[in-house]
Amino acid sequence: MTNSIHDIPQADVLLVTGSNTTEAHPVLALQMKKAVRQHGAKLLLIDPRRIELADFAYLHLRHKPGTDVALFNAMAHAIIAHGWANERFIAERTEGFAALKEALADWPPERAAVITGVRARDIVAAAQLYAQASNGAIFWAMGITQHTSGTDNVKALSNLALLTGHIGRPGTGLNPLRGQNNVQGACDMGGLVNVYPGYQPVTSEEVRRKFAAGWDVPFESLSPTVGLTVTEIMQGVLDGRIHAIYIMGENPMLSDPNLNHVEEALRAVDFLVVQDIFLNETAELADVILPAASFAEKGGTFTSTERRVQMVRPAFDPPGVARQDWQIITELANRLGHNWHYDSPAEIFAEMAGLTPQYAGMNHARLEQDGLQWPCPTPEHPGTPVLHTSQFSRGLGLFCPVAYRPPAEETDEEYPFILSTGRILFHWHGGTMSRRSPGLEAMAPEAEVEINPADAACLGVTTGDWVSVASRRGEVLAAAKVTRRSPKGTVFMTFHYAEAAVNLLTIDAVDPTAKIPEYKVCAVKVNKATFVAAASAASNDDKSPTTNN
Amino acid sequence: MITPDRTVHTTCPYCGVGCQIDLHIKNEMVYRVDGRFDNDVNNGKLCVKGRFGYDYIHAPDRLTQPLIRNDKVSGFTPASWENVLDTVATRLWETRDKYGPDSIAILTSAKCTNEENYLLQKFARAVIGTNNVDHCARL
Repeated sequence: MTNSIHDIPQADVLLVTGSNTTEAHPVLALQMKKAVRQHGAKLLLIDPRRIELADFAYLHLRHKPGTDVALFNAMAHAIIAHGWANERFIAERTEGFAALKEALADWPPERAAVITGVRARDIVAAAQLYAQASNGAIFWAMGITQHTSGTDNVKALSNLALLTGHIGRPGTGLNPLRGQNNVQGACDMGGLVNVYPGYQPVTSEEVRRKFAAGWDVPFESLSPTVGLTVTEIMQGVLDGRIHAIYIMGENPMLSDPNLNHVEEALRAVDFLVVQDIFLNETAELADVILPAASFAEKGGTFTSTERRVQMVRPAFDPPGVARQDWQIITELANRLGHNWHYDSPAEIFAEMAGLTPQYAGMNHARLEQDGLQWPCPTPEHPGTPVLHTSQFSRGLGLFCPVAYRPPAEETDEEYPFILSTGRILFHWHGGTMSRRSPGLEAMAPEAEVEINPADAACLGVTTGDWVSVASRRGEVLAAAKVTRRSPKGTVFMTFHYAEAAVNLLTIDAVDPTAKIPEYKVCAVKVNKATFVAAASAASNDDKSPTTNN
Repeated sequence: MITPDRTVHTTCPYCGVGCQIDLHIKNEMVYRVDGRFDNDVNNGKLCVKGRFGYDYIHAPDRLTQPLIRNDKVSGFTPASWENVLDTVATRLWETRDKYGPDSIAILTSAKCTNEENYLLQKFARAVIGTNNVDHCARL
């Protein structure tokens, strides 16, 4: 987020798109509701699904999944055409406006209406609402990024913020909502193929020299080559390029797209090490399993979606002989000829902060009270609640014209439904944690397929019926939930349930820049499943499902 | 009313909002979790996962000791830390010698701490010598 959670009520227009905030970020959504109910803010919801936030929306645009760029381009077109752009901001803080304006000439709302299924006048109304706000804030989550056009979707949103100057003040900004407790931190720490901690590129000789010195290793030992992403690693195994994989605290056997492909890779790799707290689906394929500590058994820091670095404090010792992750990694490094000495996570943090400009002014002692929001460059710096107040990281904000590209897999006669995936309130990610809570499990015990009443009627399906959902890559069975949350022609499933693993269905087409898979759009067919009792003495366990075409 | 043996102030392990919580502990079990009021993030509030989703800490199927197997089809057998760490180090080094550093891939974790993520990417880059280090940020 460029902004902070507590400044959300200062916005008078909230543009929320591709985020089911009340379910995926419930406590942050409370600030959105507060803005609407107590401060009179208007919520502009842009989402194909009729999620709970629709009850709070002033205007809800339900576009066809995967057509975000067309919609945002047309909003930008309308902002310029009607003179709603912030000309002073454009002149003082941005560059590339002429090129954007030229590119947007092709995007009248009438054209976008055909692609998105949203009426042109609603697109114009949305543009006016956002542009004429005193403080307009944009929020998004994976509904924007998990597309083959994910990077373009974000650029198109960024264009809207730059056109209107809704950035750099409380109650404005471009605010991606991060879905995992420390996904911001894992990125900040360089858990990425192209950057060291602090987003310093591996391709830069200067950066490599800095880290070689900081880590006391020969400069030549640090690779200048950008590495392989998760999806590429799995393909790399099958291509014979990857021979060993070490996984800490992840479950790609549930979270990655096209699971049959992932399983093939993890079974084929010569050596697989899994360091985790449970014997999850990925660990079952491992050669060695290293038992680690849960968040309640470790010290350290998480970095939240608002860039706030906060303390994690141990309440227990790890169970049995399980160990802290940092101790395991240190032991391994020293067995491989290095000489690492860390007595505590605080020491590791201090070394990291010395090499990471955004964290340079932080240490565990300073984080004890409220945490600090990066960038925090010096020990006296109070942290940064709002980014880009006087200038952007690159100086001027750059307008990026973006072209609309349809999703990788569109519906056809054989696979007529769009499948979109996401989360529900009661579970989280692969379910490893939340599904072990009887209370949460009681609220949402089984996988459901949300399906529009009109579609359900055509298929002869009612809530609770078993349906088969099949794509070109796999098939799963789940219970139908007939609901107007799903638009006609789109079904929705979560990825929380291993027994109905939706990623058997999803496509592994990725965004060319961010390499993020297109979880929000793939083509599926849906059929009512019938259970045929096998043989005469069949028990419930023996029932084999078949699909009823 | 149960009186806790101790209360630990920490950060919620679920989504990225970063709610501040108190774990209330009795007889080495978390029996209650509250949102803390002394902050601008959640100001006392929590969602259903953040308040009730902690049974997993004490789950009977937590991994409690290292496991190893000789091939992909046999079952896991318990082993000592010395044994498994030696095996992992040896196998990684053999792989590196035979196929080069870029034949090894490492996944860090959006659920682990900054310190652990920093250390594991350092391990990939400075010990193994590869930038094949990624995590499920995109997922």
